[in-house]
Amino acid sequence: MRAGPHIASKYTLTRQPARFPARKGVPSVVSMNVIEVKNLHKRYKDHVAVDDVSFEVRAGEIFGILGPNGAGKTTTVECVSGLRVPDRGTLRVAGIDPVADRDALRRVLGVQLQSAALPEKIKVWEALDLYASFYAEPADWRELLERVGLTAKRDTMFGKLSGGQRQRLSVALALVGKPRIAVLDELTTGLDPQARRDTWELVERVRDSGVTIVLVTHFMEEAERLCDRVALIDSGRVAAVDSPSGLVARVGGEQKVRFRPSAPVADSVLTSLPEVKEVVRTGGQVVVTGTGNLAPAVTLALAEQGIVPNDLRIEQATLDDAFLALTGRKLA
Amino acid sequence: MNKILLVETKLLGRDWLAAALTLALPVGLLLVLGQIPDLQKPDPNLGGQRFVDAQLPAQMILLALLTTAFTVLPGSMATYREQGVLRRMSTTPMHPGRLLGAQLLLNLVMALISAVVVIVAGRLVLGSHIPQQLFGFLLVFLLGAAAMLALGLVIAAVAPNSKSAPGIGSVAMFPLLFVAGMWIPREIMPDTLRTISDYSVVGPFVNAMRDTWAGDWPQLPHLAVMLVGLVLFTGLAVRMFKWE
Repeated sequence: MRAGPHIASKYTLTRQPARFPARKGVPSVVSMNVIEVKNLHKRYKDHVAVDDVSFEVRAGEIFGILGPNGAGKTTTVECVSGLRVPDRGTLRVAGIDPVADRDALRRVLGVQLQSAALPEKIKVWEALDLYASFYAEPADWRELLERVGLTAKRDTMFGKLSGGQRQRLSVALALVGKPRIAVLDELTTGLDPQARRDTWELVERVRDSGVTIVLVTHFMEEAERLCDRVALIDSGRVAAVDSPSGLVARVGGEQKVRFRPSAPVADSVLTSLPEVKEVVRTGGQVVVTGTGNLAPAVTLALAEQGIVPNDLRIEQATLDDAFLALTGRKLA
Repeated sequence: MNKILLVETKLLGRDWLAAALTLALPVGLLLVLGQIPDLQKPDPNLGGQRFVDAQLPAQMILLALLTTAFTVLPGSMATYREQGVLRRMSTTPMHPGRLLGAQLLLNLVMALISAVVVIVAGRLVLGSHIPQQLFGFLLVFLLGAAAMLALGLVIAAVAPNSKSAPGIGSVAMFPLLFVAGMWIPREIMPDTLRTISDYSVVGPFVNAMRDTWAGDWPQLPHLAVMLVGLVLFTGLAVRMFKWE
Protein backbone atom coordinates (compact mmCIF):
# COMPACT_ATOMS: atom_id res chain seq x y z
CA MET A 1 0.00 0.00 0.00
CA ARG A 2 1.25 3.40 -0.87
CA ALA A 3 0.09 6.37 1.07
CA GLY A 4 0.62 10.06 0.76
CA PRO A 5 -0.59 12.73 -1.60
CA HIS A 6 -0.32 12.28 -5.31
CA ILE A 7 1.73 14.75 -7.19
CA ALA A 8 0.06 16.02 -10.28
CA SER A 9 2.24 15.60 -13.31
CA LYS A 10 2.46 19.23 -14.16
CA TYR A 11 5.75 19.20 -15.98
CA THR A 12 6.23 19.26 -19.66
CA LEU A 13 9.39 17.38 -20.28
CA THR A 14 11.30 18.35 -23.30
CA ARG A 15 14.89 17.54 -23.77
CA GLN A 16 16.84 20.67 -23.17
CA PRO A 17 20.48 21.37 -23.78
CA ALA A 18 21.17 21.33 -20.12
CA ARG A 19 23.98 23.55 -19.05
CA PHE A 20 22.90 23.68 -15.51
CA PRO A 21 23.35 27.17 -14.09
CA ALA A 22 23.57 26.16 -10.47
CA ARG A 23 26.97 24.56 -10.74
CA LYS A 24 29.16 24.91 -7.69
CA GLY A 25 27.36 27.02 -5.20
CA VAL A 26 25.42 29.56 -7.22
CA PRO A 27 21.85 29.42 -5.93
CA SER A 28 19.71 27.69 -8.49
CA VAL A 29 16.91 29.27 -10.42
CA VAL A 30 13.52 27.55 -10.38
CA SER A 31 13.79 24.40 -12.43
CA MET A 32 11.62 21.48 -13.46
CA ASN A 33 11.76 18.43 -11.29
CA VAL A 34 12.15 15.20 -13.20
CA ILE A 35 12.20 13.04 -10.10
CA GLU A 36 10.15 13.58 -6.98
CA VAL A 37 10.54 11.31 -3.98
CA LYS A 38 8.35 11.89 -0.93
CA ASN A 39 8.57 10.05 2.38
CA LEU A 40 9.94 6.88 0.85
CA HIS A 41 10.00 3.94 3.23
CA LYS A 42 11.23 0.42 2.53
CA ARG A 43 11.61 -2.35 5.05
CA TYR A 44 13.27 -5.72 4.50
CA LYS A 45 12.66 -8.77 6.65
CA ASP A 46 15.03 -7.86 9.42
CA HIS A 47 15.75 -4.17 9.02
CA VAL A 48 14.54 -0.84 7.71
CA ALA A 49 16.63 0.03 4.65
CA VAL A 50 14.98 3.33 3.81
CA ASP A 51 13.24 5.08 6.69
CA ASP A 52 12.10 8.42 5.36
CA VAL A 53 13.66 9.76 2.19
CA SER A 54 12.45 12.79 0.23
CA PHE A 55 14.22 14.73 -2.50
CA GLU A 56 13.73 16.22 -5.92
CA VAL A 57 15.96 15.98 -8.96
CA ARG A 58 15.90 18.82 -11.46
CA ALA A 59 16.10 18.47 -15.21
CA GLY A 60 19.62 18.47 -16.53
CA GLU A 61 21.52 18.23 -13.28
CA ILE A 62 23.83 15.62 -11.85
CA PHE A 63 22.18 14.72 -8.58
CA GLY A 64 24.31 12.82 -6.08
CA ILE A 65 23.12 10.41 -3.45
CA LEU A 66 25.99 10.22 -1.01
CA GLY A 67 26.29 8.12 2.10
CA PRO A 68 28.23 5.31 3.71
CA ASN A 69 27.69 1.67 2.74
CA GLY A 70 24.37 0.39 4.01
CA ALA A 71 22.81 3.84 4.29
CA GLY A 72 19.94 2.92 1.96
CA LYS A 73 21.23 4.56 -1.23
CA THR A 74 20.84 1.56 -3.49
CA THR A 75 17.40 0.66 -2.15
CA THR A 76 16.32 4.25 -2.78
CA VAL A 77 17.38 4.23 -6.42
CA GLU A 78 16.00 0.72 -6.90
CA CYS A 79 12.61 2.06 -5.84
CA VAL A 80 13.03 5.05 -8.16
CA SER A 81 13.96 2.64 -10.98
CA GLY A 82 10.89 0.47 -10.40
CA LEU A 83 12.94 -2.54 -9.36
CA ARG A 84 11.53 -2.57 -5.85
CA VAL A 85 8.13 -1.66 -4.52
CA PRO A 86 8.33 0.78 -1.61
CA ASP A 87 6.26 0.16 1.52
CA ARG A 88 5.25 3.80 1.77
CA GLY A 89 5.84 7.07 0.01
CA THR A 90 5.22 8.77 -3.30
CA LEU A 91 7.48 8.47 -6.32
CA ARG A 92 7.28 10.27 -9.64
CA VAL A 93 9.87 9.90 -12.38
CA ALA A 94 9.20 12.12 -15.38
CA GLY A 95 5.61 12.18 -14.17
CA ILE A 96 5.47 8.36 -14.15
CA ASP A 97 4.65 6.25 -11.11
CA PRO A 98 7.43 3.58 -11.15
CA VAL A 99 5.23 1.07 -9.33
CA ALA A 100 2.11 1.42 -11.45
CA ASP A 101 3.76 1.90 -14.82
CA ARG A 102 7.06 0.04 -15.01
CA ASP A 103 6.95 -0.23 -18.78
CA ALA A 104 6.57 3.51 -19.35
CA LEU A 105 9.35 4.14 -16.83
CA ARG A 106 11.76 1.85 -18.63
CA ARG A 107 11.43 3.88 -21.79
CA VAL A 108 12.61 7.10 -20.14
CA LEU A 109 15.00 5.79 -17.51
CA GLY A 110 18.36 4.11 -18.09
CA VAL A 111 19.89 2.25 -15.19
CA GLN A 112 23.42 1.13 -14.46
CA LEU A 113 23.28 -1.19 -11.51
CA GLN A 114 25.65 -2.51 -8.96
CA SER A 115 25.86 -6.31 -9.14
CA ALA A 116 24.48 -6.49 -12.65
CA ALA A 117 26.45 -8.29 -15.31
CA LEU A 118 26.55 -9.73 -18.79
CA PRO A 119 27.41 -13.24 -19.94
CA GLU A 120 31.20 -13.73 -19.89
CA LYS A 121 31.46 -14.60 -23.56
CA ILE A 122 29.24 -11.93 -25.08
CA LYS A 123 31.16 -9.44 -27.23
CA VAL A 124 30.90 -5.71 -26.58
CA TRP A 125 29.09 -4.96 -29.84
CA GLU A 126 26.74 -7.90 -29.38
CA ALA A 127 25.69 -6.66 -25.96
CA LEU A 128 24.96 -3.18 -27.31
CA ASP A 129 23.19 -4.53 -30.37
CA LEU A 130 21.10 -6.83 -28.16
CA TYR A 131 20.15 -4.12 -25.69
CA ALA A 132 19.33 -1.73 -28.52
CA SER A 133 16.82 -4.32 -29.76
CA PHE A 134 14.89 -4.00 -26.48
CA TYR A 135 13.87 -0.43 -27.32
CA ALA A 136 11.50 0.90 -29.94
CA GLU A 137 13.78 3.81 -30.84
CA PRO A 138 17.29 3.00 -29.68
CA ALA A 139 20.36 5.17 -29.98
CA ASP A 140 22.92 4.29 -32.67
CA TRP A 141 25.11 1.94 -30.64
CA ARG A 142 28.15 2.47 -32.85
CA GLU A 143 28.10 6.14 -31.97
CA LEU A 144 27.58 5.25 -28.32
CA LEU A 145 30.58 2.94 -28.46
CA GLU A 146 32.64 5.83 -29.74
CA ARG A 147 31.32 8.11 -27.02
CA VAL A 148 32.34 5.79 -24.19
CA GLY A 149 35.68 5.12 -25.84
CA LEU A 150 35.22 1.40 -26.48
CA THR A 151 35.34 1.32 -30.27
CA ALA A 152 38.66 -0.52 -30.17
CA LYS A 153 37.09 -3.13 -27.87
CA ARG A 154 33.98 -3.83 -29.91
CA ASP A 155 34.93 -7.46 -30.57
CA THR A 156 36.24 -8.16 -27.07
CA MET A 157 34.28 -10.46 -24.81
CA PHE A 158 32.75 -9.00 -21.66
CA GLY A 159 34.81 -11.35 -19.47
CA LYS A 160 38.04 -9.97 -20.93
CA LEU A 161 37.27 -6.29 -20.22
CA SER A 162 38.96 -4.36 -17.41
CA GLY A 163 36.88 -2.92 -14.59
CA GLY A 164 36.85 0.54 -16.14
CA GLN A 165 35.89 -0.81 -19.56
CA ARG A 166 33.04 -2.82 -18.03
CA GLN A 167 31.73 0.28 -16.31
CA ARG A 168 31.89 2.27 -19.53
CA LEU A 169 30.04 -0.49 -21.37
CA SER A 170 27.51 -0.47 -18.57
CA VAL A 171 27.01 3.28 -19.02
CA ALA A 172 26.59 2.75 -22.74
CA LEU A 173 23.94 0.08 -22.09
CA ALA A 174 22.12 2.45 -19.75
CA LEU A 175 22.07 5.04 -22.55
CA VAL A 176 21.19 2.83 -25.50
CA GLY A 177 17.46 3.42 -25.00
CA LYS A 178 17.95 7.20 -25.31
CA PRO A 179 16.78 7.81 -21.74
CA ARG A 180 15.91 11.20 -20.32
CA ILE A 181 17.27 10.17 -16.96
CA ALA A 182 20.17 7.85 -16.13
CA VAL A 183 20.72 6.25 -12.74
CA LEU A 184 24.35 5.32 -12.13
CA ASP A 185 24.96 3.24 -9.01
CA GLU A 186 28.50 3.07 -7.55
CA LEU A 187 29.96 3.67 -10.95
CA THR A 188 33.61 3.98 -9.96
CA THR A 189 33.86 1.57 -7.05
CA GLY A 190 36.86 -0.67 -7.55
CA LEU A 191 38.39 1.40 -10.35
CA ASP A 192 41.92 2.72 -10.33
CA PRO A 193 42.33 6.52 -10.13
CA GLN A 194 42.89 7.00 -13.87
CA ALA A 195 39.87 4.90 -14.83
CA ARG A 196 37.85 6.78 -12.24
CA ARG A 197 38.76 10.16 -13.74
CA ASP A 198 37.96 8.89 -17.25
CA THR A 199 34.57 7.70 -16.02
CA TRP A 200 33.87 11.06 -14.42
CA GLU A 201 34.58 12.82 -17.69
CA LEU A 202 32.22 10.43 -19.41
CA VAL A 203 29.47 11.23 -16.91
CA GLU A 204 29.94 14.94 -17.50
CA ARG A 205 29.72 14.44 -21.26
CA VAL A 206 26.51 12.46 -20.82
CA ARG A 207 25.02 15.25 -18.75
CA ASP A 208 26.08 17.79 -21.36
CA SER A 209 24.11 15.81 -23.94
CA GLY A 210 20.95 16.59 -21.99
CA VAL A 211 20.50 13.55 -19.77
CA THR A 212 19.63 14.11 -16.12
CA ILE A 213 21.85 11.94 -13.94
CA VAL A 214 21.31 10.40 -10.53
CA LEU A 215 24.68 9.31 -9.21
CA VAL A 216 24.91 7.01 -6.23
CA THR A 217 28.25 7.04 -4.52
CA HIS A 218 30.08 6.70 -1.26
CA PHE A 219 33.06 8.71 -2.51
CA MET A 220 33.09 12.24 -1.21
CA GLU A 221 35.51 13.31 -3.92
CA GLU A 222 33.26 11.99 -6.67
CA ALA A 223 30.21 13.84 -5.36
CA GLU A 224 32.19 17.04 -4.89
CA ARG A 225 33.66 16.89 -8.36
CA LEU A 226 30.57 15.86 -10.35
CA CYS A 227 27.36 16.77 -8.60
CA ASP A 228 25.31 19.92 -8.87
CA ARG A 229 23.39 18.91 -5.80
CA VAL A 230 23.84 16.13 -3.30
CA ALA A 231 21.53 14.33 -0.90
CA LEU A 232 23.43 13.13 2.15
CA ILE A 233 21.85 9.88 3.29
CA ASP A 234 22.50 8.19 6.58
CA SER A 235 20.65 5.25 8.17
CA GLY A 236 17.80 5.48 5.68
CA ARG A 237 17.20 9.19 6.18
CA VAL A 238 18.16 12.34 4.29
CA ALA A 239 20.46 14.44 6.44
CA ALA A 240 20.59 17.34 3.96
CA VAL A 241 20.15 18.23 0.29
CA ASP A 242 22.23 21.03 -1.16
CA SER A 243 25.03 21.84 -3.57
CA PRO A 244 28.41 20.47 -2.40
CA SER A 245 29.62 23.96 -1.50
CA GLY A 246 26.31 24.74 0.17
CA LEU A 247 26.70 21.68 2.36
CA VAL A 248 30.23 22.64 3.27
CA ALA A 249 29.08 26.18 4.09
CA ARG A 250 26.49 24.74 6.49
CA VAL A 251 29.15 23.37 8.77
CA GLY A 252 30.50 26.87 9.30
CA GLY A 253 32.58 27.10 6.18
CA GLU A 254 35.72 27.55 8.20
CA GLN A 255 38.89 27.67 6.14
CA LYS A 256 42.59 27.69 6.83
CA VAL A 257 45.27 29.47 4.80
CA ARG A 258 48.88 28.40 5.37
CA PHE A 259 51.96 30.12 3.96
CA ARG A 260 55.55 31.13 4.64
CA PRO A 261 55.86 34.91 4.41
CA SER A 262 58.80 36.22 2.35
CA ALA A 263 59.39 38.88 5.05
CA PRO A 264 58.25 39.18 8.68
CA VAL A 265 54.57 40.09 8.95
CA ALA A 266 52.75 41.55 11.94
CA ASP A 267 49.66 39.70 13.20
CA SER A 268 47.71 42.94 13.13
CA VAL A 269 47.98 43.09 9.32
CA LEU A 270 45.90 39.94 9.19
CA THR A 271 43.72 40.14 12.29
CA SER A 272 42.38 43.51 11.12
CA LEU A 273 40.73 41.74 8.17
CA PRO A 274 37.03 40.97 8.76
CA GLU A 275 37.47 37.47 7.27
CA VAL A 276 40.15 36.44 9.75
CA LYS A 277 39.33 34.82 13.05
CA GLU A 278 42.68 33.61 14.27
CA VAL A 279 46.37 33.70 13.38
CA VAL A 280 48.75 31.01 14.62
CA ARG A 281 52.47 30.67 13.92
CA THR A 282 54.24 27.33 13.82
CA GLY A 283 57.92 27.58 12.96
CA GLY A 284 58.22 29.79 9.89
CA GLN A 285 54.68 29.04 8.89
CA VAL A 286 51.64 31.24 9.43
CA VAL A 287 48.22 29.59 9.71
CA VAL A 288 45.24 31.90 9.29
CA THR A 289 41.77 30.64 10.17
CA GLY A 290 38.64 32.40 8.98
CA THR A 291 35.57 32.43 6.79
CA GLY A 292 34.28 33.91 3.52
CA ASN A 293 36.78 34.96 0.87
CA LEU A 294 39.65 34.29 3.19
CA ALA A 295 42.45 33.45 0.76
CA PRO A 296 42.06 36.47 -1.57
CA ALA A 297 41.72 38.83 1.42
CA VAL A 298 44.91 37.52 3.02
CA THR A 299 46.99 37.54 -0.17
CA LEU A 300 45.80 41.06 -0.99
CA ALA A 301 46.70 42.35 2.47
CA LEU A 302 50.14 40.74 2.17
CA ALA A 303 50.67 42.20 -1.30
CA GLU A 304 49.98 45.68 0.07
CA GLN A 305 52.87 45.10 2.47
CA GLY A 306 55.07 43.82 -0.37
CA ILE A 307 55.10 40.34 1.15
CA VAL A 308 54.88 37.20 -0.92
CA PRO A 309 53.10 34.16 0.66
CA ASN A 310 55.31 31.21 -0.24
CA ASP A 311 54.02 27.60 -0.17
CA LEU A 312 50.50 28.94 -0.02
CA ARG A 313 47.92 26.29 0.87
CA ILE A 314 44.21 26.67 1.30
CA GLU A 315 42.39 24.12 3.42
CA GLN A 316 38.66 24.05 3.23
CA ALA A 317 36.09 21.91 4.93
CA THR A 318 35.07 19.01 2.68
CA LEU A 319 31.89 17.06 2.21
CA ASP A 320 33.39 14.57 4.65
CA ASP A 321 33.42 17.28 7.32
CA ALA A 322 29.90 18.31 6.35
CA PHE A 323 28.71 14.71 6.60
CA LEU A 324 30.36 14.31 9.99
CA ALA A 325 28.85 17.53 11.28
CA LEU A 326 25.36 16.73 9.96
CA THR A 327 25.13 13.08 10.95
CA GLY A 328 27.74 12.64 13.66
CA ARG A 329 29.21 9.87 11.56
CA LYS A 330 32.14 9.50 9.23
CA LEU A 331 31.49 8.90 5.55
CA ALA A 332 34.10 6.23 5.03
CA MET B 1 13.24 -12.35 -29.69
CA ASN B 2 15.39 -12.85 -32.79
CA LYS B 3 18.32 -10.90 -31.31
CA ILE B 4 18.26 -12.80 -28.04
CA LEU B 5 18.04 -16.08 -29.91
CA LEU B 6 20.92 -15.06 -32.16
CA VAL B 7 23.14 -13.99 -29.25
CA GLU B 8 22.27 -17.07 -27.19
CA THR B 9 23.10 -19.28 -30.17
CA LYS B 10 26.48 -17.60 -30.51
CA LEU B 11 27.12 -17.98 -26.78
CA LEU B 12 26.22 -21.66 -27.01
CA GLY B 13 28.61 -22.02 -29.94
CA ARG B 14 31.38 -20.52 -27.82
CA ASP B 15 30.65 -23.15 -25.18
CA TRP B 16 30.27 -25.99 -27.66
CA LEU B 17 32.11 -28.47 -25.47
CA ALA B 18 29.40 -28.34 -22.81
CA ALA B 19 26.76 -28.81 -25.50
CA ALA B 20 28.65 -31.76 -26.98
CA LEU B 21 28.92 -33.45 -23.60
CA THR B 22 25.16 -33.22 -23.08
CA LEU B 23 24.80 -34.96 -26.41
CA ALA B 24 27.37 -37.65 -25.63
CA LEU B 25 25.53 -39.12 -22.64
CA PRO B 26 22.40 -40.51 -24.36
CA VAL B 27 24.31 -41.62 -27.44
CA GLY B 28 26.92 -43.40 -25.32
CA LEU B 29 24.23 -45.04 -23.22
CA LEU B 30 22.35 -46.13 -26.34
CA LEU B 31 25.41 -47.79 -27.79
CA VAL B 32 26.41 -49.50 -24.53
CA LEU B 33 22.91 -50.75 -23.63
CA GLY B 34 22.43 -51.80 -27.23
CA GLN B 35 25.16 -54.41 -26.78
CA ILE B 36 23.09 -56.38 -24.21
CA PRO B 37 22.19 -59.60 -26.06
CA ASP B 38 18.65 -59.88 -24.57
CA LEU B 39 17.74 -56.49 -25.97
CA GLN B 40 18.69 -57.65 -29.45
CA LYS B 41 16.27 -60.62 -29.42
CA PRO B 42 12.73 -60.33 -30.72
CA ASP B 43 10.43 -59.67 -27.75
CA PRO B 44 6.85 -60.97 -27.76
CA ASN B 45 5.87 -58.13 -25.38
CA LEU B 46 6.86 -55.69 -28.11
CA GLY B 47 4.98 -57.51 -30.83
CA GLY B 48 8.03 -59.47 -31.89
CA GLN B 49 10.24 -56.40 -32.26
CA ARG B 50 13.66 -56.18 -30.72
CA PHE B 51 14.02 -53.75 -27.79
CA VAL B 52 16.74 -51.90 -29.68
CA ASP B 53 14.48 -51.39 -32.70
CA ALA B 54 12.34 -48.60 -31.29
CA GLN B 55 12.01 -48.82 -27.49
CA LEU B 56 15.63 -48.08 -26.65
CA PRO B 57 16.17 -45.14 -29.02
CA ALA B 58 12.88 -43.57 -27.87
CA GLN B 59 13.98 -43.86 -24.26
CA MET B 60 17.38 -42.36 -24.98
CA ILE B 61 15.74 -39.48 -26.80
CA LEU B 62 13.59 -38.91 -23.72
CA LEU B 63 16.64 -39.12 -21.47
CA ALA B 64 18.55 -36.59 -23.59
CA LEU B 65 15.57 -34.27 -23.65
CA LEU B 66 14.92 -34.43 -19.92
CA THR B 67 18.62 -33.87 -19.16
CA THR B 68 18.54 -30.71 -21.26
CA ALA B 69 15.17 -29.53 -19.98
CA PHE B 70 15.64 -30.29 -16.28
CA THR B 71 19.32 -29.74 -15.59
CA VAL B 72 21.03 -27.78 -18.39
CA LEU B 73 18.29 -25.21 -18.98
CA PRO B 74 17.42 -24.46 -15.31
CA GLY B 75 21.14 -24.38 -14.53
CA SER B 76 21.93 -21.77 -17.15
CA MET B 77 18.90 -19.64 -16.27
CA ALA B 78 19.75 -19.76 -12.57
CA THR B 79 23.34 -18.81 -13.38
CA TYR B 80 22.09 -15.82 -15.37
CA ARG B 81 19.98 -14.81 -12.42
CA GLU B 82 22.83 -15.29 -9.97
CA GLN B 83 25.37 -13.32 -12.00
CA GLY B 84 23.01 -10.39 -12.45
CA VAL B 85 22.53 -10.93 -16.19
CA LEU B 86 18.76 -10.98 -15.66
CA ARG B 87 18.94 -8.02 -13.28
CA ARG B 88 20.67 -6.05 -16.00
CA MET B 89 17.94 -6.95 -18.50
CA SER B 90 15.21 -6.13 -16.00
CA THR B 91 16.02 -2.42 -16.36
CA THR B 92 14.98 -2.46 -20.02
CA PRO B 93 11.49 -2.60 -21.52
CA MET B 94 12.11 -6.18 -22.67
CA HIS B 95 9.31 -8.59 -21.71
CA PRO B 96 10.58 -11.74 -19.94
CA GLY B 97 8.55 -13.81 -22.39
CA ARG B 98 11.06 -12.89 -25.09
CA LEU B 99 13.93 -14.30 -23.09
CA LEU B 100 12.03 -17.44 -22.09
CA GLY B 101 10.84 -17.96 -25.66
CA ALA B 102 14.38 -17.66 -27.01
CA GLN B 103 15.72 -20.11 -24.42
CA LEU B 104 12.95 -22.58 -25.18
CA LEU B 105 13.44 -22.36 -28.93
CA LEU B 106 17.22 -22.68 -28.76
CA ASN B 107 17.02 -25.73 -26.50
CA LEU B 108 14.30 -27.21 -28.67
CA VAL B 109 16.63 -27.10 -31.64
CA MET B 110 19.43 -28.61 -29.55
CA ALA B 111 17.12 -31.41 -28.37
CA LEU B 112 16.07 -32.09 -31.95
CA ILE B 113 19.70 -32.37 -33.00
CA SER B 114 20.40 -34.83 -30.20
CA ALA B 115 17.32 -36.86 -31.16
CA VAL B 116 18.53 -37.06 -34.74
CA VAL B 117 22.00 -38.13 -33.56
CA VAL B 118 20.47 -40.86 -31.38
CA ILE B 119 18.33 -42.16 -34.24
CA VAL B 120 21.18 -42.13 -36.75
CA ALA B 121 23.65 -43.73 -34.32
CA GLY B 122 21.08 -46.40 -33.44
CA ARG B 123 20.43 -47.11 -37.08
CA LEU B 124 24.10 -47.35 -38.02
CA VAL B 125 25.40 -49.31 -35.03
CA LEU B 126 22.43 -51.33 -33.74
CA GLY B 127 20.29 -51.58 -36.82
CA SER B 128 17.45 -49.81 -35.02
CA HIS B 129 14.45 -48.69 -37.00
CA ILE B 130 13.90 -45.15 -38.13
CA PRO B 131 10.45 -43.72 -37.26
CA GLN B 132 8.26 -44.90 -40.14
CA GLN B 133 5.84 -42.00 -39.79
CA LEU B 134 8.59 -39.38 -39.88
CA PHE B 135 6.34 -36.36 -40.13
CA GLY B 136 4.23 -37.58 -37.22
CA PHE B 137 7.37 -38.21 -35.23
CA LEU B 138 8.58 -34.67 -35.80
CA LEU B 139 5.24 -33.29 -34.63
CA VAL B 140 5.24 -35.47 -31.51
CA PHE B 141 8.83 -34.67 -30.71
CA LEU B 142 8.52 -30.90 -31.04
CA LEU B 143 5.31 -30.79 -29.02
CA GLY B 144 6.55 -33.06 -26.24
CA ALA B 145 10.00 -31.46 -26.11
CA ALA B 146 8.54 -27.94 -25.93
CA ALA B 147 6.29 -29.02 -23.05
CA MET B 148 9.25 -30.53 -21.15
CA LEU B 149 11.43 -27.47 -21.76
CA ALA B 150 8.63 -25.21 -20.51
CA LEU B 151 8.51 -27.35 -17.36
CA GLY B 152 12.28 -26.87 -17.11
CA LEU B 153 11.72 -23.11 -17.16
CA VAL B 154 9.29 -23.51 -14.27
CA ILE B 155 12.03 -25.35 -12.35
CA ALA B 156 14.40 -22.50 -13.24
CA ALA B 157 11.92 -20.06 -11.73
CA VAL B 158 11.55 -21.88 -8.41
CA ALA B 159 15.20 -22.90 -7.94
CA PRO B 160 16.87 -20.62 -5.41
CA ASN B 161 20.33 -20.69 -7.02
CA SER B 162 22.48 -22.16 -9.77
CA LYS B 163 23.77 -24.99 -7.59
CA SER B 164 20.35 -26.25 -6.56
CA ALA B 165 18.69 -25.82 -9.97
CA PRO B 166 20.16 -28.94 -11.65
CA GLY B 167 19.62 -30.85 -8.39
CA ILE B 168 15.93 -30.00 -8.25
CA GLY B 169 15.75 -30.84 -11.95
CA SER B 170 17.28 -34.30 -11.39
CA VAL B 171 14.90 -35.01 -8.53
CA ALA B 172 11.97 -34.13 -10.82
CA MET B 173 13.48 -36.11 -13.68
CA PHE B 174 13.56 -39.61 -12.17
CA PRO B 175 9.85 -39.99 -11.33
CA LEU B 176 9.09 -38.76 -14.83
CA LEU B 177 11.45 -41.27 -16.42
CA PHE B 178 9.77 -43.92 -14.28
CA VAL B 179 6.20 -43.12 -15.31
CA ALA B 180 7.39 -42.76 -18.90
CA GLY B 181 8.27 -46.45 -18.81
CA MET B 182 12.04 -46.11 -18.71
CA TRP B 183 12.35 -49.13 -16.38
CA ILE B 184 8.92 -50.79 -16.57
CA PRO B 185 7.25 -50.76 -19.99
CA ARG B 186 3.74 -49.31 -19.96
CA GLU B 187 2.33 -52.69 -21.01
CA ILE B 188 3.24 -54.35 -17.71
CA MET B 189 2.53 -51.38 -15.40
CA PRO B 190 -0.14 -51.80 -12.69
CA ASP B 191 -3.39 -49.98 -13.57
CA THR B 192 -2.94 -46.98 -11.27
CA LEU B 193 0.58 -46.36 -12.49
CA ARG B 194 -0.56 -46.73 -16.08
CA THR B 195 -3.26 -44.09 -15.54
CA ILE B 196 -0.73 -41.73 -14.02
CA SER B 197 1.56 -42.45 -16.93
CA ASP B 198 -1.17 -41.65 -19.44
CA TYR B 199 -1.64 -38.15 -18.03
CA SER B 200 2.02 -37.41 -17.24
CA VAL B 201 2.90 -35.76 -20.58
CA VAL B 202 6.05 -37.92 -20.72
CA GLY B 203 3.93 -41.08 -20.93
CA PRO B 204 1.93 -39.95 -23.97
CA PHE B 205 5.18 -38.51 -25.37
CA VAL B 206 6.98 -41.89 -25.30
CA ASN B 207 3.91 -43.80 -26.50
CA ALA B 208 3.26 -41.40 -29.34
CA MET B 209 6.90 -41.65 -30.37
CA ARG B 210 6.60 -45.44 -30.44
CA ASP B 211 3.43 -45.18 -32.54
CA THR B 212 5.18 -43.08 -35.14
CA TRP B 213 8.14 -45.44 -35.02
CA ALA B 214 5.80 -48.24 -35.98
CA GLY B 215 4.44 -46.15 -38.84
CA ASP B 216 1.18 -44.99 -37.22
CA TRP B 217 -0.05 -41.45 -36.78
CA PRO B 218 0.05 -40.29 -33.16
CA GLN B 219 -3.21 -40.70 -31.24
CA LEU B 220 -5.18 -37.55 -30.56
CA PRO B 221 -5.40 -38.06 -26.77
CA HIS B 222 -1.60 -38.24 -26.64
CA LEU B 223 -1.24 -35.02 -28.58
CA ALA B 224 -3.93 -33.38 -26.46
CA VAL B 225 -2.19 -34.21 -23.16
CA MET B 226 1.10 -32.84 -24.49
CA LEU B 227 -0.56 -29.68 -25.76
CA VAL B 228 -2.27 -29.08 -22.42
CA GLY B 229 1.11 -29.63 -20.73
CA LEU B 230 2.80 -27.14 -23.04
CA VAL B 231 0.20 -24.43 -22.48
CA LEU B 232 0.12 -25.00 -18.72
CA PHE B 233 3.89 -25.05 -18.21
CA THR B 234 4.50 -22.08 -20.49
CA GLY B 235 1.93 -20.05 -18.58
CA LEU B 236 3.47 -21.06 -15.26
CA ALA B 237 7.00 -20.31 -16.49
CA VAL B 238 6.08 -16.77 -17.55
CA ARG B 239 4.04 -16.11 -14.43
CA MET B 240 6.61 -17.46 -11.98
CA PHE B 241 9.62 -15.93 -13.70
CA LYS B 242 11.89 -13.92 -11.41
CA TRP B 243 14.53 -11.42 -12.48
CA GLU B 244 16.48 -11.90 -9.24
